[in-house]
Amino acid sequence: MAKVDTRNEIRFILNGRDVALSSVAPDATLLDWLRLDRSLRGTKEGCAEGDCGACTVLVGKLSAAGLVYESVNACIRFLGSLDGTHVVTIEHLRGEPDKLHPVQQAMVDFHGSQCGFCTPGFVMSLYGLWMKSPAPSNAAIEKALQGNLCRCTGYEAIMRAAHAISSYGKAARDPLALERQDITKRLQALHDGARVEIGTGGKRLIVPADADDFAAVFEKEPTATVVAGSTDVGLWVTKHMRDISPVIFIGNLDGLGGIVEDKGVISIGAGVTYTEAFSMLSKRIPALGQLVDRIGGEQVRNMGTIGGNIANGSPIGDTPPPLIALGARLTLRKGKERRTIPLQDFFIAYGKQDRQPGEFVEAVHVPVPAKDVKFAVYKVTKRRDEDITATLGAFCLTLAGDGTVADIRIAYGGMAATPKRASTVEKALMGKVWNEAAVEAAMAEYASDFTPLTDMRATAAYRALAAKNLLLRFYVETTSTGAPFQVSRSEAA
Amino acid sequence: MNKHAAPNLKAEKIVGGVATDQRHDSAHKHVSGTAVYIDDMPEPAGTLHVGLGLSKVTHGALKSVDLSAVRAAPGVVDVLTCADVPGENDVSPSGMHDDPVLAEGKVQFFGQPIFAVIAETRDAARRAARLARIEYEELPAVLGIWPLDPVKDRLVTTPLTLRRGDATAAIAAAPRRVKGRMKLGGQDHFYLEGQVSLAVPGEDDEVTVYCSTQGPSETQHLVSHVLGVPSHAVTVEVRRMGGGFGGKETQANQCAAIAAIAAKKLKRAVKVRLDRDEDMTATGKRHDFAIDYDVGFDDEGKILGVDFMFALNAGFSADLSGPVGDRALFHCDNAYFYPNVHAKSAPLYTNTVSNTAFRGFGGPQGMVGAERVIDEVAFAVGKDSLEIRKLNFYDPMEAIGGRNVTPYHQKVEDCIIQRIVAELEESANYARRRREIQAFNANSRFIKRGLALTPVKFGISFTKTESNQAGALVHVYADGSVHMNHGGTEMGQGLHLKVAQVVAEEFQIDLARVKITATTTAKVPNTAPTAASSGADLNGMAAQDAARQIRKRLTDFAAEKYQVPVDQVVFLPNRVRIGNQEISFNDLVRQAFVARVQLSAAGFYKTPKIHWDRSKGQGHAFYYYAYGAACSEVSVDTLTGEYVVERADILHDCGRSLNRAIDIGQVEGGFIQGMGWLTTEELWWDDKGRLRTHAPSTYKIPLASDRPKIFNVALTDWSQAYEPTIHRSKAVGEPPLPHGMSVLHALSDAVASVAEHRICPRLDAPATPERVLMAIERLKKELKGGA
Repeated sequence: MAKVDTRNEIRFILNGRDVALSSVAPDATLLDWLRLDRSLRGTKEGCAEGDCGACTVLVGKLSAAGLVYESVNACIRFLGSLDGTHVVTIEHLRGEPDKLHPVQQAMVDFHGSQCGFCTPGFVMSLYGLWMKSPAPSNAAIEKALQGNLCRCTGYEAIMRAAHAISSYGKAARDPLALERQDITKRLQALHDGARVEIGTGGKRLIVPADADDFAAVFEKEPTATVVAGSTDVGLWVTKHMRDISPVIFIGNLDGLGGIVEDKGVISIGAGVTYTEAFSMLSKRIPALGQLVDRIGGEQVRNMGTIGGNIANGSPIGDTPPPLIALGARLTLRKGKERRTIPLQDFFIAYGKQDRQPGEFVEAVHVPVPAKDVKFAVYKVTKRRDEDITATLGAFCLTLAGDGTVADIRIAYGGMAATPKRASTVEKALMGKVWNEAAVEAAMAEYASDFTPLTDMRATAAYRALAAKNLLLRFYVETTSTGAPFQVSRSEAA
Repeated sequence: MNKHAAPNLKAEKIVGGVATDQRHDSAHKHVSGTAVYIDDMPEPAGTLHVGLGLSKVTHGALKSVDLSAVRAAPGVVDVLTCADVPGENDVSPSGMHDDPVLAEGKVQFFGQPIFAVIAETRDAARRAARLARIEYEELPAVLGIWPLDPVKDRLVTTPLTLRRGDATAAIAAAPRRVKGRMKLGGQDHFYLEGQVSLAVPGEDDEVTVYCSTQGPSETQHLVSHVLGVPSHAVTVEVRRMGGGFGGKETQANQCAAIAAIAAKKLKRAVKVRLDRDEDMTATGKRHDFAIDYDVGFDDEGKILGVDFMFALNAGFSADLSGPVGDRALFHCDNAYFYPNVHAKSAPLYTNTVSNTAFRGFGGPQGMVGAERVIDEVAFAVGKDSLEIRKLNFYDPMEAIGGRNVTPYHQKVEDCIIQRIVAELEESANYARRRREIQAFNANSRFIKRGLALTPVKFGISFTKTESNQAGALVHVYADGSVHMNHGGTEMGQGLHLKVAQVVAEEFQIDLARVKITATTTAKVPNTAPTAASSGADLNGMAAQDAARQIRKRLTDFAAEKYQVPVDQVVFLPNRVRIGNQEISFNDLVRQAFVARVQLSAAGFYKTPKIHWDRSKGQGHAFYYYAYGAACSEVSVDTLTGEYVVERADILHDCGRSLNRAIDIGQVEGGFIQGMGWLTTEELWWDDKGRLRTHAPSTYKIPLASDRPKIFNVALTDWSQAYEPTIHRSKAVGEPPLPHGMSVLHALSDAVASVAEHRICPRLDAPATPERVLMAIERLKKELKGGA
């Protein structure tokens, strides 16, 4: 392996200024650093777990598509993960001399703030949206605001403001648009291909130079905490005060990003965020795209990765069940060694996965279902968006020419200690004519496959009932002629 | 000279008077992150930070509390326990002495503060707090009210009984009768800014506490109580809160007290800012209720008699639970006349956090009970529940007959609910949509629609008579600019703006000339908390009084100086006409100053007419009522219970609105908050009494994508307050919240469709998708069983 240079500081741009920090705790959050070290107190802490959005800032990063700015939760974003980025806070927004920025002026004129505490976060989320989409639809605004809670306004005024922003100015003339080339150059200059190592003893962080470097570092330090999007590990720190050192930050590493389709199989690198995966998935596997839209809020999707969702082994992770139903395979890597296994075999038991010390999830390979394959995934939650699954069912069905079930794969989340196939239900359906009688008979088999738990999200009884009803919904979706098979946010009745 | 633009001396109207749409005075600061909340203030050098040590059991004696490891942790300066409280270890707002600042000998709920770590950084304090070794002797715990007996089990304070006529006899003699029970969940405030206080020690016994509180005078009083010093030694100040909703009426006091104790002990500034999880675990919420009802009615659906028991979960201490239960009873009629009524409250002791004020203060719970009763009657007689609602309304103000007396014997003299409901029925196309939904449901196997229109009548005044007073302090400086201060607090509701509009109107000067200033106990003493929707009513009147005193002095001065009768001194926009000449307001003020006229005044107001005798359950408890109605339509997936709100229409009465833009914001926000309470916001305790929904990841308040797809909100532009309130406006903070009931009833209507609308769904709240699905299953079974 080529020798990798190291440096002992992280470098990024904060608003207009270059920042170089050589003293960074591995668990220091961006929010605390902004508020306590930089006295930039426009960015607020509402929950410290990435759910309320009061701490929303934009992070600009160089990607295949050039410089992109994305909203993120500063409360769970680690400072050490910002190397080579442009951090934009509410203090950086400006309009014409002596004027507010168009996003801000629209919020003022349409009464989008009451107590004002959540407002900087809303402004930043709307700013991120407006730069990409100056005339967004209702649905696009709602999606961009899934990670922002407001307790005062009831959102209607904020929606009105969001629609009006472009009447106050052009996104193309926004300061970030005008400074685009300059920022791009400055960020490129920061990407020196070096590994970052900061700290000693019990307080260490490492940002590997690239995927190969990560493999080498992790093999040497198999007890390190690997952090991609920090949407999970962030809470280990802010809520559980766990010691996570040494930390290896792998977000945005060359060689771990990238989502490509080859011979009908989409390969998603472990560093690919939900947002990055969305554009291809929504086109190639629309049902999966729709699911991704209901994972976390926009800020979480901009940070969180599908690789992380798999690697942490949670029984309520939303991507494993549909990926299992689709027959996805997983590539694990340790040093230079790689192996590829069926995704469903990765999950052994609660908190236990088929992963060796020093080994990491490198990529997941998802077969695109053939035209005649019917695939659906349904997530059931208390609140429609930005909520954690009560039960989630994924279905992948192939019918034979005679209308019988040639193949069916059903996988659930929230129903067992791991993401799990409904094997008995599948067996009951195999070879049967795909009709309601067969579906009803199979629904009786759920009790053999699942014994769900009661917790704050749902009772066992509800999980059991809703889960089997999802099979009926799938039947209706696959056989109905346009009648609604679920409630929808799309257009008013 | 001043940099700002000179006032327009030719204007026909001032900019920003009453009854004009004005943007929130801090809006430009909210959007740019420059509005300063307590945690944003620059800390004095050497400021220390607090981490709380919370109970790990639900009910237990403290056998031993070993804090040696906490004290030895890096950065720790001191650790406070109940022994460090110099005065009384109590922040009870009700004088019951049952709310310790730090637990003494025992803990009564999971998450009760036992000790406070004071450290150089907040992080160090929080980490150290985890190192305590505490041994408990666990005691039997009361985990909820559902199994309790509201008559026999332990109460935290005296219950209330309301009685008019003979309910028992009327129910027994009625042609029809239904009895039932409703389970109604609580609600976390989820103000975006959590509890926070910064205490700065002063000389001698003095301390200043910057506190996110709705009741600075109450905070001042309780801080002095725990410090053992007179109130004059304590100053409490708040410029704005990041949301309150009742959650900072009493719940701010514990943090303020801890900060103040530590600041005085250590002679350094001390800040307490709770983490969200701690805030949700250790501070009180909206009360959950168990409502028993027994109603007698005729074959048409007219109610003849009703008997209610409102059992509420007070938690481990009284806090405001007595008055919250009272207000539930005051609203158990909603907009309906009960010829015979008996209603009782039961504020039950449990081992949960002590529940507290929350927008509506028990009123919405009372109204939800009333609407359940209406639903029961409607299903029993087989009519659309809107018909039953209309049949039972109080007499309209223009045609008062015998049906206008409340269960607490106050006459309803200003009822406009008929007109509101009629206008809303029309604008929302209720009848047409009712038919369309029937047709849709007949053809849709799994997705069912539901529709409901619910009214609101909300009583305005504190039922604690002494709280219905307010003070203001207005200075006019020699340059003609105005400093405005009053006892109310700003939590986003636009109170300061409305009061500033009132002052601008009195002086006839542009709003920009009136400076809004932080609420502080040093300027206006002995104020009521900003609660009960009363902020603008009380403080607007007090500020008007202050402004009028100064205006009178200016008038008298001008009349004397220019030798004209006082009625020839007229305040015009930014100027004053004195006889035949006009001079600017600023010039008049300058002349008055030179002539040594006092240009500062303290204003005062107390609400007239009201009285209340709790022991008799009778009185004129409310100065007036605010009205409104909401119509909501939902779609429900009968396979999972998931739903969306397709449309909501609201018509709401703010009297002659001081500021329609602000009031519409209150109505929209109140509706969504009420909807959240009754739908997705579920507080869930485990079998050990631990709250498991203690963060936004598990506790789900509405998002932008939960609001109705079509959302029409209008104010009654024809109404005005029946009583001489401030410019005939009406209070708006709480009354819109119960409009969320329309969503609960629309869900109930959709559920009923699975049993041919023959069975009352008795859908409890919060109506999560789970509760909706389980109600659907129950109705399907009952229909089969009954068929």
